[in-house]
Amino acid sequence: MSDGTIKQVSEVVDEIYRSESRQVLATLIRLLGDFDTAEEALHEAFAVAVDQWSRDGVPANPRAWLVSTGRFKAIDGMRRRARFDASLVELAKQLESQFSTSHVEEREDEIVEDDRLRLIFTCCHPALSSEAQIAMTLREICGLTTEEIACAFLTKPSTVAQRIVRAKAKIREARIPYEVPSEKELPDRLDAVLRVMYLVFNEGYSASLGESLTRHDLSSEAIRLGRLLIELLPEPEALGLLALMLLHDSRRKTRTSPSGELVLLEDQDRSLWNREQITEGLSLVQQAISRGVVGSYTLQAAIAAIHAQASRSVETDWTQIIGLYDLLMQVEPSPVIELNRAVAVAMRDGPLVGLSLIDAILARGDLQNYHLVHAARADLCRRLERTAEARVSYERALSLTKQDPERRFLHRRLTELR
Amino acid sequence: MKYLLLVHHDEEAFNELSETTRKEMLEESVELTHQLHANGQYLNASPLHPASTAMIVQVRGGKQFVTDGPFVETREQVAGYFLINAQDLNEAVRIASHVPGARIGTVEVRPVVEITGLPTT
Repeated sequence: MSDGTIKQVSEVVDEIYRSESRQVLATLIRLLGDFDTAEEALHEAFAVAVDQWSRDGVPANPRAWLVSTGRFKAIDGMRRRARFDASLVELAKQLESQFSTSHVEEREDEIVEDDRLRLIFTCCHPALSSEAQIAMTLREICGLTTEEIACAFLTKPSTVAQRIVRAKAKIREARIPYEVPSEKELPDRLDAVLRVMYLVFNEGYSASLGESLTRHDLSSEAIRLGRLLIELLPEPEALGLLALMLLHDSRRKTRTSPSGELVLLEDQDRSLWNREQITEGLSLVQQAISRGVVGSYTLQAAIAAIHAQASRSVETDWTQIIGLYDLLMQVEPSPVIELNRAVAVAMRDGPLVGLSLIDAILARGDLQNYHLVHAARADLCRRLERTAEARVSYERALSLTKQDPERRFLHRRLTELR
Repeated sequence: MKYLLLVHHDEEAFNELSETTRKEMLEESVELTHQLHANGQYLNASPLHPASTAMIVQVRGGKQFVTDGPFVETREQVAGYFLINAQDLNEAVRIASHVPGARIGTVEVRPVVEITGLPTT
């Protein structure tokens, strides 16, 4: 076999690794019952593929080939280790008899999608901490390396590695099942999955204000996960969340100026918003709403959709936005939503009305240490030409925010007051 | 696989419940053990006397120290337990959600390490 062909095969293997490795892993975890064993089997299967495919050619169904090679390698490995650990003899036998009775290759296509859902729900199991859920999701489902995850979350690789090791130990020791939740449990369990995705997205989205480019990739990973989820489980809130992420992401380029300054929604160059993402987002919002019960992600996406549809800031339909915030307050009452609603009211009915709503929130003792409430208050005072009050609020906002572009923005506003 | 469900609650709050409510909760717990038994999931269960009846025993350097009461200053105390057989954590959690104590306190679900060499009952 010539060098050229070998090179070609290794390229094919790389390609298949990128497109299929997560699915193969998801199936191997089910078949072998353990994350670490499955990962090892996955890598062994790919190592064999490089050799064997350059000799015999690429099989017709590479995924099925990889699954079956992986599981034989795992059983082999167990037999070898069984010489030192007798308990593995039984396990290897058990696994082998399972395989001979279930026609894995024939059934594989039907159940492989369920395997990916099993993997998603297991990585986001409520028995795992939020940090562990995120680390497991990025590692096992997205295939990011421990180093990449650490870099994106500005933590040490050893911290991420430890989280993953502990999560896997908990899955094994507490026996967290590898299954798609029952219909009754699905709403709660799906919430957990969506929360993980949204946290990953926001980590990337808010980081795009900062310096690190690798963090920005988190948003793309979250969107990819969102697409995978709706393909497997097109629940309305999953559609809503994907729409929300796409609509936010469509504005990514215009949120900061070339010099890294924060650009407010009303000042953004709307011609640069990503039309493709907006079109997809709008259609997903439609689909989600048409399914009846409208949840929090869908409502937030619907609000983002109204912004996306206004070709100029002054054309924004604030009445509709306020109506959606009213619905959102019913679904998920929170002071932050109340604040956003107050800002929308200020846009429609003038700064004075908005200011009284914001002051009512603060008077209750809510959001005292939330920088955006003070920034919003400062902005309304500025528009009302209450310079002294505006200054106090800008300074309070400034003292509460750590993000550089936001700080520079608030500084700029503060100097303009003088 | 075995799981220990540890029922924790605030004893003061529990004592403030009416006699009837407490009796009903106990009956409900007993009923639960029968359901578990019918499914082959029951191993053992019991309520415990209040934490005020507890003793703490420590042996340090061969010397025995016996003091009263739990030394952890928390409001929630272990009030009882269920030792169950469940297929996996999700099943154990489903059973835990039926423990009446979960409505007023918390139920901690702890996987049991199975070791060999213990007497069989």
